[in-house]
Amino acid sequence: MMALDMEPFILSFKLASLTTFILFLIALPIAWWLSQTKCRCKPFIEAIASLPIVLPPSVLGFYLLYTLSYNSPLGAFFEETFGIKLVFNFTGLVIASCFYSFPFMLQPLQGGFESLNKNMLEASYIAGKSTLQTLLHVSLPNIKPALLTSLVVTFAHTVGEFGVVLMIGGSIPGETKVASVAIYEFVEVMDYEMAHIYSGIMLLLSFIVLLSVYLFNSHHKKRIGISS
Amino acid sequence: MIHLDISKALFGSEGTMSLHVKLGIKEYDFIALSGQSGSGKTTILRILAGLESAKGTISVANKIWLNEKIALPPQKRGIGFVFQDYALFENMSVEQNLLYAAKDKGLATHLLELTDLKALKNRLPSTLSGGQKQRVSLCRALMNRPKLLLMDEPLSALDPKMRLKLQHDILSLHKEFGTTTIMVSHDPSEIYRLANRVLVLDHGKIIQDGTPKEVLLHQQGSQKFSFQGEILDIIKADVIHIAIIAIAQQIVEVILDEAESKLYKIGDSVCVSTKAFAPTLS
Repeated sequence: MMALDMEPFILSFKLASLTTFILFLIALPIAWWLSQTKCRCKPFIEAIASLPIVLPPSVLGFYLLYTLSYNSPLGAFFEETFGIKLVFNFTGLVIASCFYSFPFMLQPLQGGFESLNKNMLEASYIAGKSTLQTLLHVSLPNIKPALLTSLVVTFAHTVGEFGVVLMIGGSIPGETKVASVAIYEFVEVMDYEMAHIYSGIMLLLSFIVLLSVYLFNSHHKKRIGISS
Repeated sequence: MIHLDISKALFGSEGTMSLHVKLGIKEYDFIALSGQSGSGKTTILRILAGLESAKGTISVANKIWLNEKIALPPQKRGIGFVFQDYALFENMSVEQNLLYAAKDKGLATHLLELTDLKALKNRLPSTLSGGQKQRVSLCRALMNRPKLLLMDEPLSALDPKMRLKLQHDILSLHKEFGTTTIMVSHDPSEIYRLANRVLVLDHGKIIQDGTPKEVLLHQQGSQKFSFQGEILDIIKADVIHIAIIAIAQQIVEVILDEAESKLYKIGDSVCVSTKAFAPTLS
């Protein structure tokens, strides 16, 4: 048995960590705004933000490839101005993952914010605190389970993506060949032993991650006295 | 001195209603705001706090809070607000709830001592009883040393004994901090004990304005005793009828004759009064 190549896993986790971090920064203000706004455009924004959930990853991948490749104005602009290629490399994967996993970050956060007692937020404003102070000191600490869910699900969903990654990144070892793509290739060349090992590792890791979330949430509910 | 002249269209359960209130409030007054639910009491408090928009003007101590051009945000009004559901910061301990409003450890300790909460200062709100939560909420509202304290039915969720204790706390804090206080309340004994002026609101308009005695004592003529109550049942017993009437927390029986029994029906609001006898207390 040949030595286990950990690179696809490392790449998957690197991609997922970076995507989760970037998406948190992007989705947080949007989720907050959506939870507080009475704007009539809200359903439209929510529908657009949820599109990646229902679209086949190949559709999303195709549009992203079309928009980001060197043949498009955007792709050409980035390559000529900054010397950055946006497809078939790690940068492209991060951009694609951010689109793909966006609703998984947004929705739990928005749901958490919407469930907050409005009077509690108003009490903070009356105490003289700004929206940002209220968000950091009152809103976020009071939606810990939703916050954890959004971070973990985004991370796990990015680790688990396949279609978009394959279309935007291809399968360049050490650059874009993440675990899910590696497994696909093992199956393609009928190396079932390696496919089993890789799949087993993915299964185990995913289970551990989800179990930790549920354990935390049930513990948290007990601590703050909500019966589940 | 607070001058208030505001109007706002409200969409309540009974359709559209126009809230229109013109009012002057003296400094250090304790005002009770009463009236049926949906009459606009809470909305007035929220407009004063800057949590809801309205047309008109509000000026407090010659400073404009609201007019055509200015709408001072809640952060800049320096008021205290006590919510009916307490609205404590669930992630913070009792003491942190106070210190979040203002970093004044001395004042926080003083307030917690006044309200017998010092032993609970490190507890999270979810572990407190309703009465304790409301005391924390009251302390938190005073941390900014507000000139104006607004309270939205602060005691309505508490049992009578706890109410009495908190009424005492509210009154002593109102005096110590020299606040002008506006409290929404339905409880006549609470209003009588605390307020020096009562405003009764109906469909967005003030229909009564006076001292608690003027507004609350429903006496007509020379009755000695007079209580407002609601008829729960009318029972026929031989030749007489007995009306079962709920007055505050008590149920009483009143005997009616045949003719009277036809005048009233279940659910009627009635005034029960007697005169020309000397009551004895035991």
